[in-house]
Amino acid sequence: MKTEEIKALIEKALPGVKLKLVRESLLVENAADLPRVAKCLKEDPALKFDYLSSVTGADYLTYLESVYHLYSMEKKAGSIVLRARTDRANPRLPSLVPIYRGAEYQEREAYDLYGIVYENHPDMRRIFMWDSFEGWPMRKDYEQEDSETLEAADVEWLEKRGVKVSDADRAKAEELRKTGKRAVAQKPTGSPEA
Amino acid sequence: MNKGEISPKNEVQHDGQTLEINVGPQHPSTHGVFRMNMVLDGETVVSLKPVMGYLHRNHEQIAENMSYAASMPYTDRLDYFNSMSNNFGWSLAVEKLAAIEVPERAQYIRVIMAELTRIVNHVSVIGFLLNDLGAFFTPVLYAFREREKILDLFEEVSGARMMCNYFRFGGIKYDVPQSVLERIREIVDKFPKFLDEFETLLTKNEILCMRCQNVGVLPAELAVNASITGPMLRASGVNYDIRKVDKYSIYDRFNFKVPLGKKGDVYDRYYVRVLEIRESLKILDQALKEIKPGEIMNKKMVPFLKSPRNFKPPVGEAYGRVEAPKGELGFYVVSDGTPQPWRYHVRAPSFINLTILEDLCLGHKLADAIVILGSVDIVLGEVDH
Amino acid sequence: MAFTQNVSAIDHGLKNELGKKGVVVTTLNELYNWGRRSSIWPMQFGLACCAIEMIATACARYDIARFGAELFRASPRQSDLIIIAGTVTKKMAPQVVRLYNQMAEPKYCITMGACSIAGGPFIDGYNVLRGIDRYIPVDVHLPGCPPRPEALLFGLQELQRKIDNQEIENTEWYRKGFKREYPVPEFGPHGLVPKYNPEVWNPRDVDHRKERYGEPILIGKKIKAPDLDTPPAPPKPAAPAVPPSATAPKPAAPPPPPANA
Repeated sequence: MKTEEIKALIEKALPGVKLKLVRESLLVENAADLPRVAKCLKEDPALKFDYLSSVTGADYLTYLESVYHLYSMEKKAGSIVLRARTDRANPRLPSLVPIYRGAEYQEREAYDLYGIVYENHPDMRRIFMWDSFEGWPMRKDYEQEDSETLEAADVEWLEKRGVKVSDADRAKAEELRKTGKRAVAQKPTGSPEA
Repeated sequence: MNKGEISPKNEVQHDGQTLEINVGPQHPSTHGVFRMNMVLDGETVVSLKPVMGYLHRNHEQIAENMSYAASMPYTDRLDYFNSMSNNFGWSLAVEKLAAIEVPERAQYIRVIMAELTRIVNHVSVIGFLLNDLGAFFTPVLYAFREREKILDLFEEVSGARMMCNYFRFGGIKYDVPQSVLERIREIVDKFPKFLDEFETLLTKNEILCMRCQNVGVLPAELAVNASITGPMLRASGVNYDIRKVDKYSIYDRFNFKVPLGKKGDVYDRYYVRVLEIRESLKILDQALKEIKPGEIMNKKMVPFLKSPRNFKPPVGEAYGRVEAPKGELGFYVVSDGTPQPWRYHVRAPSFINLTILEDLCLGHKLADAIVILGSVDIVLGEVDH
Repeated sequence: MAFTQNVSAIDHGLKNELGKKGVVVTTLNELYNWGRRSSIWPMQFGLACCAIEMIATACARYDIARFGAELFRASPRQSDLIIIAGTVTKKMAPQVVRLYNQMAEPKYCITMGACSIAGGPFIDGYNVLRGIDRYIPVDVHLPGCPPRPEALLFGLQELQRKIDNQEIENTEWYRKGFKREYPVPEFGPHGLVPKYNPEVWNPRDVDHRKERYGEPILIGKKIKAPDLDTPPAPPKPAAPAVPPSATAPKPAAPPPPPANA
């Protein structure tokens, strides 16, 4: 079935749900409707999209997005793509784990890398990075650390364990601490097309 | 919280009878750096929480800063056992994005390489599964003997044993000379005999049967709901093989069956893989008969081989998926018109197949949990991308 | 024993003469080293892709057992050598250092593959450690991605040559109270604390990558998001962008010479 037909079917079955066609995918305008739409896609006898293939987070500078690819194993039918958007300051989206168990680890990955919090997820914590890691690494404005400069915390840690730190390194770490910033890796300055 | 401790919530009431242990990240039986937090009551598993990320190499972040063709060697290192399948997935995704056609001969060679990779993977997995069972290394030696023959072929064709970097958008890099096709024909002819030898030792083996049957049973509805794909899904009886469903590349020209299991236990997963090797040999046989001389690269894409940074696909997105030996390997790519992709995501089969690991292992012993992990067939490069 | 090339207290000529008569003369040093270098037992520690080449080296074709590395031990306490094969990530690094600390002397370390030497192809990542030699001392570096099994065998032979040249009188591990244990890094908010151990490794004065390419890392170039909401423009009849006639990429302008630290 084509995407427009599926859109019409959902809008008939669930009145009040706003969907927008974005280049062959369906954008669920109100993110809270997402579980209802997914359930409808899964249980409707004409569609039967029972296989959630992939959940992806993405960063579009003004908003964060979560993209879902659904297929039907029963009917061996093609894909439907759903999108849900949320803002960067407080990104929250409803979780699809009650409907599709396969979303569990992928939503954790989107949380770990982008910071999107999925409500009603059974185990919302980081999956790849360690728990005390701060920051959302895959966002476009993430500042990566400079791995060649010792900072004040490093110098303190080393001296507590009796490792000698050279005076030059200690002085540089002190300077850095006074400015209050952390040592970040320099980003490339050329144009994006280079 | 103390500095960076990783402690998943094991919500089990510890009444002094249970033992919480850590299997991994360095352990002789885990297939890479993978950690499982287990709570055991005696030897029975009461709770199991996987912890991953020990090989998280930021493949997606690196790919978003490289041109499309430059990500191809990185896809080799995702599932480092089957580099040709990963290349296949990525080239399929970009060819969908930019609407690039692939000539006939290149399609045949791609299918031949993909099926050889499938054979290599399944045979090695059976070897590693038996390693976990306690047959210390002998099946691996047999499996790697055959694997070396196929790796020699890969080296002759692409220049490297493991990280082939062979596929390009619109075709393949180097042509396959007739001598290599004849060697593939030899391998295809001799492999069934090796497989029979392997099977005689293993399939009706009493120890394998006792330890693998009825262990780690996966019901079909749970498998579909948990997005399991690959031989694990088919061992539970669900007939879903992307080569038959999507008919990508030229798989609709070949005549092959999809083996299905009945119960979904470890033994079924082992046997489905053995049968899949036989089906792959059938596909190889047919492909070698039908291949004809011709072009190996789409003419429009040839200039981009020398200057990959000029390749700017149109703004849009695409999701390309292949039936990798471990499951459905998908690549989601969003392009913004510049030479680097805006968003690049890998849908890794091993990562998602681990969702139900806890369900499979509950109630079994610790030794069975290791065997179940062996049958799930994970590769950490893919799990952690 | 003709294959040890180190300083011998006995004249080689005399050795050969006696050897022809069936009398073997040696020094304690040579004998000791011969025993140690011919039975180095590595630890099973494969992290990533290089681990598969390590397994292939242990298999029947490139048999590592004929060089003495017969058994791969699972426990660090029982092994002499740790072959760090694969990328060391920041999440895994404390575990690697702990394992190294647990090994008993004499212990050796081979870093196999570009990733454990200096980060490898994944050097720009936020989770990748740029080489395990920031925290533990390494005896043999083995480049490659992945190095072929023959290369690993060559690396093992280099290590054997290194062992041949060690002397009992000057070895460190017989001194009282000697322990080669290195502090285990911890997880910080943005990376590992400390970033490196200055007693083991120090960064170079010159950043070669910046010198050559003009950029320290390759991450973080995008400034404008694509607009997927607008439908695609109708396809142009022409082919995709034709490359300019000069196919070589334009070279980066060399930065001013670095100021002396």
